[in-house]
Amino acid sequence: MTPPSAPHSVEIRGISKRFGEVTAVDGVSLAIGHGELFALLGPSGCGKTTLLRLIAGLEAPSAGTIVIDGADVTRTPPHLRPVNMVFQQYALFPHLSVEENVAFGLRYKGLPRRAWAAKVAEALALVRLDGFERRRPDELSGGQRQRVALARALVLEPKVLLLDEPLGALDQKLRKEVQVELKTLQRTLGISFVFVTHDQEEALALSDRMAVMSRGRVAQIGKPAEIFERPETELVAEFMGAANFFTAEAREAGPGLLGLRLPSSATLTVPAPGPPLGPFQPGDRVRFIVRPEKLALRAAPPEKGFAAVPVTVEDRVYQGASTLWLVRGPGGERFTVCGPGDPPAAANGARAFLCWDPEHTVIVR
Amino acid sequence: MRTEPRRTRAAVPLLLPTWIVLGLFFLVPLALMLGVSFRERGVYGGLRPVIDLLAYLRSGGFLGNYARSLAPIYLAIGWRSVWMAALTTVLCLGISYPVAYGIAVLAPRRWKSLLLGLVVVPFWTSFLIRTYAWMFILRSEGLLNASLLGCGVIHRPLELLYTPFAVLVGLVYGELPFMILPLYASLEKLDRSLLDAAADLGAGGAGVFRRVTVPLTMPGIVAGVVLVFIPSLGQFVVSDLLGGAKTMLIGNLIQNQFAVARNPPFGSALAFELTAAVLLLLLAYALFMRKTGGEVLL
Repeated sequence: MTPPSAPHSVEIRGISKRFGEVTAVDGVSLAIGHGELFALLGPSGCGKTTLLRLIAGLEAPSAGTIVIDGADVTRTPPHLRPVNMVFQQYALFPHLSVEENVAFGLRYKGLPRRAWAAKVAEALALVRLDGFERRRPDELSGGQRQRVALARALVLEPKVLLLDEPLGALDQKLRKEVQVELKTLQRTLGISFVFVTHDQEEALALSDRMAVMSRGRVAQIGKPAEIFERPETELVAEFMGAANFFTAEAREAGPGLLGLRLPSSATLTVPAPGPPLGPFQPGDRVRFIVRPEKLALRAAPPEKGFAAVPVTVEDRVYQGASTLWLVRGPGGERFTVCGPGDPPAAANGARAFLCWDPEHTVIVR
Repeated sequence: MRTEPRRTRAAVPLLLPTWIVLGLFFLVPLALMLGVSFRERGVYGGLRPVIDLLAYLRSGGFLGNYARSLAPIYLAIGWRSVWMAALTTVLCLGISYPVAYGIAVLAPRRWKSLLLGLVVVPFWTSFLIRTYAWMFILRSEGLLNASLLGCGVIHRPLELLYTPFAVLVGLVYGELPFMILPLYASLEKLDRSLLDAAADLGAGGAGVFRRVTVPLTMPGIVAGVVLVFIPSLGQFVVSDLLGGAKTMLIGNLIQNQFAVARNPPFGSALAFELTAAVLLLLLAYALFMRKTGGEVLL
């Protein structure tokens, strides 16, 4: 492989796309590195698919610039862009065989016709579909169709592979398999993959980095662990499945520290957050989250240094490896606790203390 | 596989209405026509009675009408009908594809029904009246000549009416909706993501059209071609009104045999030949579609 000539594989600067009155993508800027497996995550209608189609050239941006491998392709039509896409429902040509589907784009690569067969065979072998050359798309299973779509895109040796909900049309069992396969494939090929998904687990499991999108904007970009552990906004936190939101009042707590006073008059001290969250003035309203698995229920108030909120246990959901407790705080707020065992304090209707280590407090906007 | 025979047996009573309608209104008349075509014309029109059937068969007189239909003058009319119908079909396809594409793919959703409605609106007026309208447009002092003269494009009226050109205009005009509607139906069903996929894989506009749009709308194209070609082949109103006596088509010839020449046997023979030709064409189409693995539409 030749060393990358441009700093980024895909660079998007201030891209917007409006459909009439609706703004689908609103001033998005992001850069995707060479060989990166990048996820665009968000609820449906957040603009993630439109962004992918903008990269592919299937939509023309209303504003902004798209650079692929150092070349400005903002005005380049889709058939001349060095990217290929795996469509959500795969969009295989129903009138062509597997072989013909995979060979479809080779005509435009300037390769002599006699070189096609070898290329097609190589691509089909890569996705383990050799022997299926003469089948028609309607004679294949969902997983096989997806592999044809992959082969059809990869045979053209794109600089970036775009995938629109690559696992969306597969059943649960197949998803896990394909997830691993996609990751292996991406590592083998070393090209960057950009994929769209609405499933946060999929994004966490698959991507090197991800952008969480909401209402046409990027809410947060980062490594999966960063976004999962340290969501910056309530919206990202909610989307990543962090169920426990707390509201507190900021208090003076010495240099580099922030005191938080909960409505239940419990207090805790956390490291003061830097920009863009802080600084907070005493008396400011502070929203923070604690992930369910970082919370614990105790019968008695815990030792000093731990935060504690008095709660009532409302329900218990046994999940095999873990148990969920649904509890209600003094102001009627609901919290979810996820733990391994069944502590005595946690019977239904019991009063208990919700405890956590202050270092697991994540302040959000 | 095992359920197949039972299902077929169960379908017999359900198919009865179909068979009754087809039999009464298609097979029986066709058989009558075939029978008449083997007879001879009576001295005062009608059918000459056959007194000795065996002698009649032995004399070969029963094939007389078919032998006569092979005379050069009739073959010429037949040939003219075929290429007029073919030309009509090609022109209809050429005009209808962009129209249907525009309505099905390019037009905003809320415009579709209006545009489709406009295609169908002419059906509210009798075909005969619409063909008369073309006479008023095409004749020497008609609308077209008057406007061209008025604009100074021409200085003498063009001879348009009563020419093959006028017949062609009338045929194309009359058959256009029958091409647009099936094309629209198949273009409407076309999965847009396939067009996106083709473009993404490197095909330009022409490549997408040739390699994806056309093959996938082939059922609509074939249906339109069949729906336009067959009626054009048997047309006689348009050629009668717009073509005068100079552009006689096989439809006019058949109609003449019944209405003017009072020769039903010869008319029946010609009509039966036309029907047979059309059926052979449909058979060829069905075989072609089966061979290429396509869906047989008719």
